[in-house]
Amino acid sequence: MEIRMDKITLISFIAPFMALVFSPLLFGIINRTKAIFGGRKGQPLLQMYYDIFKLMRKGAVYSTTTTWIFWAGPLTGFAALIVAVCIMPFGRIGAPLSFTGDILLLMYLLGLARFLAIIAALDTGSAFEGMGASREAFFAVLTEPVLLLGIFTVAKDTHLFSCMQLFNGAVTFNTISALLVAISVCIILLAENARIPFDDPNTHLELTMIHEVMILDHSGPDFAFIQYAAALKLWLFALLAVRIVVPYHPESYLVDGIVTLGCLVFLYIGVGIVESVMARLQLIRIPQLILGAFALAVLGFLFGNSIAL
Amino acid sequence: MMIQALLCAVCFMIICGIGAGISGKHYSRASAIGVLGAVGGSGLGLVFACFTLMTNKEYALEVPWDLPAGSFNLTIDSLSAFFLIPLFIVSLLSAIYGIEYLEEYRGKKNCGISWLFYNILVASMTLVVIAGNAILFLLAWETMSLASYFLVIFNKENDDVNYAGWLYLIATHIGTAFLIVYFLILGHYAGSFNFIDFVNWHGTSYLAGILFILAVIGFGTKAGFIPFHIWLPYAHPAAPSHVSAVLSGVMIKMGIYGLVRSLQFIGMPQAWWGGLLIAIGIVSGIGGVLFALGQHDLKRLLAYHSVENIGIITCGLGLGILGIRFELPYLALFGFCGGLLHVVNHALFKSLLFLGAGAIGQATHTLSLDSLGGLLKKMPVTGMIFLTGSIAICGLPLFNGFISELFIYVGTFWGLQGTTGTTQFASIAVACSLAIIGALATACFTKAFGTVFLGEPRQGITGKDPGLLMRIPMIILAVLCFVIGGFFVWLIKFLLLPVSKVTGMPQTASIAVFNDASALLYGVLWGILLLISLIALLVLTRRMLLQRKIIRKACTWDCGYAAPGASMQYTASSFAQPIVDFFSLVLRGKKEIHLSKEYFPKQWSFHGIVPDLFLEYFYIPLFQSVERFLSRFRWLQSGSVQMYILYIAVALVVLIVWKFAWIK
Repeated sequence: MEIRMDKITLISFIAPFMALVFSPLLFGIINRTKAIFGGRKGQPLLQMYYDIFKLMRKGAVYSTTTTWIFWAGPLTGFAALIVAVCIMPFGRIGAPLSFTGDILLLMYLLGLARFLAIIAALDTGSAFEGMGASREAFFAVLTEPVLLLGIFTVAKDTHLFSCMQLFNGAVTFNTISALLVAISVCIILLAENARIPFDDPNTHLELTMIHEVMILDHSGPDFAFIQYAAALKLWLFALLAVRIVVPYHPESYLVDGIVTLGCLVFLYIGVGIVESVMARLQLIRIPQLILGAFALAVLGFLFGNSIAL
Repeated sequence: MMIQALLCAVCFMIICGIGAGISGKHYSRASAIGVLGAVGGSGLGLVFACFTLMTNKEYALEVPWDLPAGSFNLTIDSLSAFFLIPLFIVSLLSAIYGIEYLEEYRGKKNCGISWLFYNILVASMTLVVIAGNAILFLLAWETMSLASYFLVIFNKENDDVNYAGWLYLIATHIGTAFLIVYFLILGHYAGSFNFIDFVNWHGTSYLAGILFILAVIGFGTKAGFIPFHIWLPYAHPAAPSHVSAVLSGVMIKMGIYGLVRSLQFIGMPQAWWGGLLIAIGIVSGIGGVLFALGQHDLKRLLAYHSVENIGIITCGLGLGILGIRFELPYLALFGFCGGLLHVVNHALFKSLLFLGAGAIGQATHTLSLDSLGGLLKKMPVTGMIFLTGSIAICGLPLFNGFISELFIYVGTFWGLQGTTGTTQFASIAVACSLAIIGALATACFTKAFGTVFLGEPRQGITGKDPGLLMRIPMIILAVLCFVIGGFFVWLIKFLLLPVSKVTGMPQTASIAVFNDASALLYGVLWGILLLISLIALLVLTRRMLLQRKIIRKACTWDCGYAAPGASMQYTASSFAQPIVDFFSLVLRGKKEIHLSKEYFPKQWSFHGIVPDLFLEYFYIPLFQSVERFLSRFRWLQSGSVQMYILYIAVALVVLIVWKFAWIK
């Protein structure tokens, strides 16, 4: 294989464009699914867009304890997630920024966003945000190696190390290993994006929050950036899971894009179903579940191609 | 010419050091002469080291001397020049920092002696790197250890500092003992003690294996491999901060230099060498950062992080060795690139962090994390610099830690393409460990930065930014971190020169790796430029959005409690508690909790401590049993001079009989 940096094509900018435009919509799909399960009518599908625009038009309240890190953290995290979305290809359309090894830049950009979110939470000097930050830091220790193992499994099978080459449909993965890796990526998706069973995005009880509690004091445009970044992060993980497990790769860009979008909607509905039928786990059980995902990823690695035993 | 210039720099430093020592208590004169020596010598050395690296030539010099063993052989090649560059950068900047840092000891302590030993330390480290003869190497090594001992016990009226110095002295001498045995065996089999003869010698693989183990223990004690690291968390915090920066940033890398140099002496590596180094690297990396999470003292936390980063470097070296053994040029080159680049990166950001810790310590007179807080408002420059160092040490993009870890990751990817199970297993183990280490380092440095600089002061302690002479070195180091983080693509060829020499890979492989690494780094550069421009765009957007809106200041909302107190914040211990408890198998923390059992409880106290596992459960019992065994021989020390004269006479008779009987 050769290492290259692909030329930036104009059509590849559709990938971040799709992410920025559609990720809040798919958030609405999760909420609508939960509402249907609960027998309610639920929020409008476009609610997140309304929320973001409303927040952008508002002023802000800043605590006297906080410093510039309080607003710079979410802002930089949002920028990091936009760059990450520019790396992840949307199906055959590709991604603007692509080079061998860009998967690692993507993972570490997510790590940068997490670092800044944690210190923005600690900036308030509040016990609640400190608690959320502490738990977030702990669970990151467990989820990072699982994600890395999953990515290295698919990279090892195909001898490719760039998101563009791995996920734009040109290669197919070993079925068993791809399935196992996709399941572990889905579990990590729920963990990293503060979904049940790891964290309840609707609760406001401090004992049950992880991500929600880190953003208690944010308001105005800063909060809008945080919400948008959360939507982008969920989009990113969902796209990763979909591209690993779905074997159908049509040739035409348009059909491939529609299929990918359809699979994403399906995955989001799945997340909504999981959120509706399960309760949040006890905090002691969360490491056990993530280690279970790690075990699945290890199995996927062992079942992959070209393992010399 | 280059070597003569370096020798001049070394002599200049020693002379100025002696001058500073003579000036003694006269602070300004001692300080001026000492710093002149350190800065002048380091600057001169840095220029010539850069020239040597850029021209990629090797130089040798032999100066005749009258000692019965060894010879004053100096050699410098690209590997030595590569290690000299961070040495001189860090020493130079720490010396400038030290001028103002030692101000508070003006008139109270003999700073001239401190500058004497500082200059001797830098000079001896230079000699270690350019030595071409084993005896000279050992002499310089021992001088380095002793000079650093005297620097560590600068505050010797403090009992903890004395204990730290004592522990360091014992540990380094045990390591040096292994090195003496190593060089003696090597010299015996190779015929002479010159490094050139070592390179041309080939021995059996059994002998090479023994030599490798000796080298790992000897150099690993200096480098800080677990389980030989126990002196590090005591010695580095005890020293003054500018000295800690040099110790942590440069001196422990001398162990890495020795190990890499040894690879040239003992021939073709075997697979288990790479496996051993990777195992040590993983254990040191994860263990180091876990112990760091349990610490309350800022400098001890940073010292344990040095252990972690040495682990990362060793993982890279281990991968490189596996690549050499199994003839996978990409694995070898990327592994060594990552390891050696991390040597430079760690020197830069660890010295940055220690200098920052020194600034905090001097401003607030405490380094206990649970006493500080809210310093970012009072010390904005120090805070910004500490944030830079924290992001760099976690290996996050924008700064240099990411680049070296990226190389190691790419190396592991290539290792996974290998055909043997060993390389595949080792590669995936290193990759997962690096991911865990990165996440743990994020946890630890968000704890450190957040507890010290953010929130409210927990005990009302405030401080202010240090003066210009302390700020400028820190700013320069931060800028270097950023430059390497984004723009390393133009410096990669200087890294490949020593790496291809060490791995012995053919030119074609080096050129291929150069092209691949350049493509990779160009991609990273684009990503970082995109990130920076997006940040700028969002800052402008936010400013525009908030322009005519109401912005209020209030207290922290806190779910509506609206009466927050400084003691309600999370402390460093509570922040790290989930992780410390999860890893309680390794971090056997001890907790003391005093509860008052009245109806209206007045005061509770909680004290938690995470002792070093290896010190508590292995070394202290070991040394105590050695002491018990040796105390049985106390009767030999009777205290009467007549008995001692009898011992001398008996020993003399035995030796004479033995020698002459043997001759007959």
